[in-house]
Amino acid sequence: MQIMLQNLKRTYGTLHAVNGISLFIPSNTIYGIIGKSGAGKSTLVRLISLLERPDAGEVHFDDSRVDNLDKASLIQRRRRIGMIFQNFNLFSSRNAEQNIAYPLEINGTPKAEIKARVEQLLSLVGLDGRGKAPISTLSGGQKQRVAIARALACNPDILFCDEATSALDPQTTHSILSLLKEIQRKMSLTVVMITHQMEVVRDACDQVAVLNDGIVVEQGLVTDIFAHPQSEVTKDFLTHLVGVDEAASSDDQMVHWSKKRGAYTLRFRGGTTDQPILSKITRTTGVDFNIRAGGVQKVGDMEIGTMLVDISGSEEERARAVEALNQMGVVVEEEELV
Amino acid sequence: MSKIWMLVFDSTLQTLSMVFFSTLFSLILGLPLGILLSATSPEEQGGIIPRPVLNNILGRVVNVLRSFPFIILMILLFPLSRLLIGTSIGTTATIVPLSIAAAPFVARVIETALKEVDPGVVQAARAMGSTNFQIVRKVLIPEALPSLVSGVTLTIINLIGYSAMAGAIGGGGLGDLAIRYGYQRFRGDIMFIAVVIILVLVEIIQVIGNKISAKLLARR
Repeated sequence: MQIMLQNLKRTYGTLHAVNGISLFIPSNTIYGIIGKSGAGKSTLVRLISLLERPDAGEVHFDDSRVDNLDKASLIQRRRRIGMIFQNFNLFSSRNAEQNIAYPLEINGTPKAEIKARVEQLLSLVGLDGRGKAPISTLSGGQKQRVAIARALACNPDILFCDEATSALDPQTTHSILSLLKEIQRKMSLTVVMITHQMEVVRDACDQVAVLNDGIVVEQGLVTDIFAHPQSEVTKDFLTHLVGVDEAASSDDQMVHWSKKRGAYTLRFRGGTTDQPILSKITRTTGVDFNIRAGGVQKVGDMEIGTMLVDISGSEEERARAVEALNQMGVVVEEEELV
Repeated sequence: MSKIWMLVFDSTLQTLSMVFFSTLFSLILGLPLGILLSATSPEEQGGIIPRPVLNNILGRVVNVLRSFPFIILMILLFPLSRLLIGTSIGTTATIVPLSIAAAPFVARVIETALKEVDPGVVQAARAMGSTNFQIVRKVLIPEALPSLVSGVTLTIINLIGYSAMAGAIGGGGLGDLAIRYGYQRFRGDIMFIAVVIILVLVEIIQVIGNKISAKLLARR
């Protein structure tokens, strides 16, 4: 099921939480929506999961408009949407299998059918035999697995993950993301992941939209966004991701030869990470590189490298070096030094 | 001597019947009212169908009823007792003012318990396509059950106290026994027995209530 948002707006008092968002989320894919807190993510997810109505704009699932449904059809439509949350939001009064059974109970599924379906779901999320466990006895990862099973109980065509891994440790995050990817493939789901973690986008999503101040500042294939980030927000997310930020902040331990020498961020993509680009350029242009921090990571099946460097040499030499880098497919961002 | 114990026995039964039925009726009146109070409250307080005006009116009615001194409320409700029971005196007639006095208390206790339910859980239930009725019945009440049990325990204990007061206007029961025999006839021993039985009743209810509440929590 594909999702189309047209110029969505939602205002709380004077706060434009969502200020004109248009997005196309294709069917059968994992789509990331990333933004910092206050960017409008939570509001956006409430709008597209039909928990709230927009002030203006339209939400379409496939060919039907869903933001203006009447009460009865709204409830029917919500039953075909799965949703998981940061805090799991499981019913503490029910054990694991009763939690999973809830959505089936409310749409009037016969008891015997519920029982069979719950067994099937427990095994799908890797919790065979834990059905009778009270929620409080489960670990964070297990709770999220129960929540995923509950979200999938009614065979939804869309699954929303609202910061679903934000409360989990990196290892558990990894296993939950793998599970979501596996389920997405098996059930041909459209998965929308709302997050503030670039790792989640990198590890799980096919496409991504970057949100800031209630608008989409950037969107596209995850590999493209990682290699050529356009907006400041995206660059910021990427900087935090590769861990270069920590190194850069220990700046005062580095020697600056002149205030005029800029700090450059180099972004390598794909094959360029295998080549000795810097030493080549050193030879051809005569500049020197002082590497402050760097890292290489996998995005999908592509390697993306980021490096923070100082380039020393005359202004002319530096300009030539940047040009040479660009020619070799390295994206160079120059930061103004204070 | 055996006559005294007969009196004590009868009074205890009267108290128990007053407390039992007034608890029952105050729950019947207070439960829907409490659910309504919680459901119509503003969204940020966990209201599932926010209705500010209705909520305000209900809240005020409940507050007025709760701030009425019980003894005066009982006298005011004499006509109602006469209408419903046919008399305004006696154990059965006293159940009417007791129930009505306790209902707003029950409503508040239930409102508070329901508002404690994690809003995230309610949001999840809503996102799954629950109707408002399903949210109340299958989510709010089961999730709040341990606090609801504590609330009902508190109500019963309050009603034991109120029912003792009801003795003052001919309601019977242990309070009546203490006043008529213990106080007015200077029978300190009867006063003592009546008070001890009330204390024991309160203690038993409290212990049972705590046990049930703890048991419900332990299963989670």
